[in-house]
Amino acid sequence: MMDHDPKGATRRDMLLAGLAGLGAAVIKIEPAAATPESMRRAIHQVVGEAPVRKGKVSIDVPPLVENGNTVALAIEVESPMTSQDHVKAIHVFNEKNPQPNIISARLGPRAGRARVSTRFRLADTQTIVAIAELSDGSFWSASADVIVTLAACLEDLS
Amino acid sequence: MTRALINVPPKAKRGQVIEIKTLISHIMETGYRHDNMGKPIPRDIITQLTCSYNGEEIFRADLYPAIAANPFVTFHTVATESGTIAFEWTGDNGFHETASAKITVE
Repeated sequence: MMDHDPKGATRRDMLLAGLAGLGAAVIKIEPAAATPESMRRAIHQVVGEAPVRKGKVSIDVPPLVENGNTVALAIEVESPMTSQDHVKAIHVFNEKNPQPNIISARLGPRAGRARVSTRFRLADTQTIVAIAELSDGSFWSASADVIVTLAACLEDLS
Repeated sequence: MTRALINVPPKAKRGQVIEIKTLISHIMETGYRHDNMGKPIPRDIITQLTCSYNGEEIFRADLYPAIAANPFVTFHTVATESGTIAFEWTGDNGFHETASAKITVE
């Protein structure tokens, strides 16, 4: 990992690049990155006109992240996971990365437990949203706020 | 050079919910970064992971550039019968990698 690079210059460059990225994200009025609006569009592509209700979904993510390059994330949905009543899909979205999607997982009654975990990148302090699609066609969601001190995605190689 | 690591319990009781962990070494280049000459670095990511249990698909995930380098994904399944759990990763630039694990169900 770059953080463990023994050369001071490289590390400093990385930090500067990270800070510059943060600064740019704050100053920009109309960021090129994903905005809550683009997240809404991405969510709309998945759920269509169906109502999305709060609940059933829980997001396990650290509230304060030092390094946005790898953030542990786990999504769990309350469901008996039977063939009549199960979770069909779990989608995770973000507000401020260059792209609003994080992961879309498809599962079925054979999963036994509707829990998926991964590691993802965060370009900025933001809210992430998880949406579960149930077998009866309903959509449930949860959101979580994450504060990021060193952003991912924005830094260039140096 | 890619390498996949998968973790499936070798033995399980019938009907038991087991956790499956997968990790694959991959750069997951987002396509949003620039090199030191200011040239954009083209996207190179894994776009999909699928998992099948004795030939039947049990899990599929679409991955996006927001997934961290060396994608790590875990999920669950019910141990139904002895056999093979197979994994397949596909991605940009014709990336394709497979792995499998045996499970004995008692």
